[in-house]
Amino acid sequence: MQFKGNVQKLGDSVDTDVMVPGRYLSLMNPADIAKHIFEEVDPGFVGRVKPGDVIVAGRNFGCGSGREQAPFGLKALGISCIVAASFSRTFYRMSIDLGLPILISPEVAEAASQGQAIEVDTVSGRVLLDGREFRAEPLPAFIQQIIDMGGVTDWVKQELARRAAAQPSGASA
Amino acid sequence: MTRQTIAEKILEAHRLDERDRVEPGDVVRARVDLVLLNDANGPVAFRHFANMGGGKVVNPDKVMMVCDHFAPAPSAAGARMLGDMRRFATSKGIEHFYDVGKGGIEHTLMPEVGLCGPGDLIAGGDSHTGTAGAFNAFGTGMSWSGMAAIMQIDETWFRVPESMRFTLRGKKAAHVTGKDVILQILQDIGVDGALYRSMEFAGPGLADINMDERMGICNMVVEAGAKTGIVEFDDITRAWAEATCKRPWTATVADADAQYHSRHDIDLARMRPMVAKPYSPENVVAVDDIRHVHVDQVYMGNCANGTMTDLRQIASVLKGRKVAKGTRAMIVPATQKIYREAMAEGLIDIFIEAGAAVSTPTCGACFGGHNGALDDGEVGFATINRNFKGRGGHAGAQVYLGNSYVAAATAVAGEIIDPALL
Repeated sequence: MQFKGNVQKLGDSVDTDVMVPGRYLSLMNPADIAKHIFEEVDPGFVGRVKPGDVIVAGRNFGCGSGREQAPFGLKALGISCIVAASFSRTFYRMSIDLGLPILISPEVAEAASQGQAIEVDTVSGRVLLDGREFRAEPLPAFIQQIIDMGGVTDWVKQELARRAAAQPSGASA
Repeated sequence: MTRQTIAEKILEAHRLDERDRVEPGDVVRARVDLVLLNDANGPVAFRHFANMGGGKVVNPDKVMMVCDHFAPAPSAAGARMLGDMRRFATSKGIEHFYDVGKGGIEHTLMPEVGLCGPGDLIAGGDSHTGTAGAFNAFGTGMSWSGMAAIMQIDETWFRVPESMRFTLRGKKAAHVTGKDVILQILQDIGVDGALYRSMEFAGPGLADINMDERMGICNMVVEAGAKTGIVEFDDITRAWAEATCKRPWTATVADADAQYHSRHDIDLARMRPMVAKPYSPENVVAVDDIRHVHVDQVYMGNCANGTMTDLRQIASVLKGRKVAKGTRAMIVPATQKIYREAMAEGLIDIFIEAGAAVSTPTCGACFGGHNGALDDGEVGFATINRNFKGRGGHAGAQVYLGNSYVAAATAVAGEIIDPALL
């Protein structure tokens, strides 16, 4: 998958409590969550993001509470992809299962600056910053497969269909 | 073939792929023993479940649902989350459903009711699912869509983690608890020191750390970025499992020649009570290094530190003393069973006599949702697991983390203090 946009630059250990404060956890509509992203620490963030933008962050992005509102809120805000030096693994897992592409690259995290033009190819791991080429770890094949399907929901549907087809006719599931 | 860590052995035992052996870095398809949902992640997981086709939960007996985050409901919005839980549990035939007043905080409740055991693979929607590692299980917090997937097809995927080995030796000094073990480790390795890895705890020092305090350690492995933290099976685990587990279990120890990312020695005898300062759980110092920090509120109890061991530690400090003027203290036993045991032992009376508020089990104050949230400019001390900006309520509040002895002593002094100095 390929993405083109501008860099939204963030630092190290950005936790999910600052992305989506606990009091919003009873909101379940992604569009409602998107309005509150970084509300307390960077109230201008929501206004700055344009559809297609790529977050480039430092180490341990998404640490803390396993809070799906964080990746689905960012996706609803228009973030197309996230590149970070490293990710909290719960955030990493949630993003993949929601079909939000997510790549690890300390060198992109180091080189990128706010507002810069960025292109990302999740299959090859190639990242262009204002035309200069950098490398990210390509996604493992199984994970790329889930991303290609737009998340784990379609993977489950496919798996259910495969299992139904494998049932001998007349047998009940 | 040997050379395997505890995490590798548990994932290998649960794999569905046709492979003989799993290695760190492999992505494997696996079947879990239990899915743990609460009222913060359950309602989102139910939406995913419906989007995947709805229908039956393929194995309802493998699902445990606990009302703890928005329980008792703080608002109409919270009440709706709890309502979603009840409706899903009823319509899908989920027997292991724990409503307000019937259970407690999930990570303490799950082992209490015997639904996790040695060798188990447990997936939860909450990041502190690693607490199950105290019982020699592989517990991990994962995606809420992943939870829904397991309820649909009884399988999921895991990347096999590398492991770090922490060998504990010696005996703890007075006022040192399992909480200090993990705070010390966070000071040493930082909040991304175990990213994507399993942290395994072993060694002769474990004999001095009971199951409650092991929960305190494993609960916070996620604060170091770990996928899970697992205590090696020993005599204490065996005694607990024989008395408590409702399902068959498998004692799991690492091979002597297992391959680790790194090995670390922890000398319990040299440890001091530790405190994490705002705004990161890695911002850890010894309690002796903190001077005259006034505290507005002390909160004791959460998914790891609302155990009988914690309540006894708190009572040993509060007995015959009062909570300082200008400071409030809140104590939250982690489960209804613990609450009753604490009453029977006379601990609740000690707490109320000291001037502390005692509440039914809830995660409310820990995530800043309700039941003890902090205002702008306030300082809190808590036995909880994280102190990020905005976590305990207002983003202008500050939260310090520490063990139950230090928390109780801080409530009495009105400022953070070494319990030995009271």
